[in-house]
Amino acid sequence: MDHHIPGTIIYDSGEARKGYALNKMCYSLNEAQNRADYLRNEEAYWDRFGLTSDQRKAVRSRNVLEMLEAGGNIYYLSKLAGAFGWNVQDIGAQQTGVSLDAFKAKLVQAGA
Amino acid sequence: MATLIGGIGTSHVPAIGKAIAEGRQQEPYWKPFFDGYLQAQEWLERMRPDVAVVIYNDHGLNFFLDKMPTFAVGAADQYFNADEGWGLPVSKPYPGDADFSWSLIEHLVDEEFDITICQEMLVDHAFVVPNQLLWPGKDRRPIRTIPVAINTVQHPLPKPARCYKLGQAIGRAIAAYDKDVRVVVLGTGGLSHQLEGTRAGFINKPFDQYCMDKLVSDPEALTRFSNAELIEKAGSQGVEVLMWLAMRGALGSSARPVHSHYHIPISNTAAGLMVLETPQSALVAA
Repeated sequence: MDHHIPGTIIYDSGEARKGYALNKMCYSLNEAQNRADYLRNEEAYWDRFGLTSDQRKAVRSRNVLEMLEAGGNIYYLSKLAGAFGWNVQDIGAQQTGVSLDAFKAKLVQAGA
Repeated sequence: MATLIGGIGTSHVPAIGKAIAEGRQQEPYWKPFFDGYLQAQEWLERMRPDVAVVIYNDHGLNFFLDKMPTFAVGAADQYFNADEGWGLPVSKPYPGDADFSWSLIEHLVDEEFDITICQEMLVDHAFVVPNQLLWPGKDRRPIRTIPVAINTVQHPLPKPARCYKLGQAIGRAIAAYDKDVRVVVLGTGGLSHQLEGTRAGFINKPFDQYCMDKLVSDPEALTRFSNAELIEKAGSQGVEVLMWLAMRGALGSSARPVHSHYHIPISNTAAGLMVLETPQSALVAA
């Protein structure tokens, strides 16, 4: 898709192909047992799903923008975030480089 | 013959499900939002629908990128919820209506909507939360449900115009169903919000208000947007207005507004609610 929107990813074919392994891993984290296995040994879990080096680096650093850059889809990444104990507001604050309180305040401001 | 009584557009934010599970409805953050649903609940009490066609989008519970149907219709007598990975309690199963589903499927394919038929279909928060909001009470299962999923995960997404036409075909399928049931159509999602990227937290109140206005009076105006334009104006996940558009398509041109509510923010989202009724609803109201 050639429509560029600043700060926004259109999750198209290029993204889906690039991110497949990472997203498949995240999809498995719907199950509690898999989340526990994941947290017990992350590297082994990455091996099992064949994550690329960029994907490993992004996940290791816990950086959501890098995970997106590595082809992660936000709907599947949210399951990895769940394993880490993050909610969507934690993710929003991290991606926009502000504190959680500042992020929440910005949302409230949008309704004013 | 089946009677289509009306439709409801509603947000489905997971945090709402969590607030319900924790009994936070009367807390200051939540009360203005939950109070917006009282009139919708009263309308449903009066209309007593038997079946809800729930048009929603799966967020990676039932569908993965290995097989991503553009449109999928449930064909089961029961639908299970399951763990989505981030702490929402798993809801009890929802009763389906396989006879109605198969009739809907036959009709849609006959109209050349080549949907995916699902005899098993896990339903996620986008299905569960609206049911909890509209029929509140612990584990209530007041009516039978037909899940209809629209792909909003993997582009290309179906165009707004196509989703509206799908809704029109659903409306005709309901009208053609030969059993005496009252049907309500739900469209869940939105309104403006964006979860990912450096634009995370984006909300666009004027555009939401424009959409809610047009959904009542001139829904075809919204069918002229591309999905990229909707994402630009409403945020990545604001594209979920597609489900509202499909719901609106089912109701036909003579539907009239009963109630609407809009509240910012719920979690990262501008939350919207709209109830519309058809002229046929006058025949069944208690």
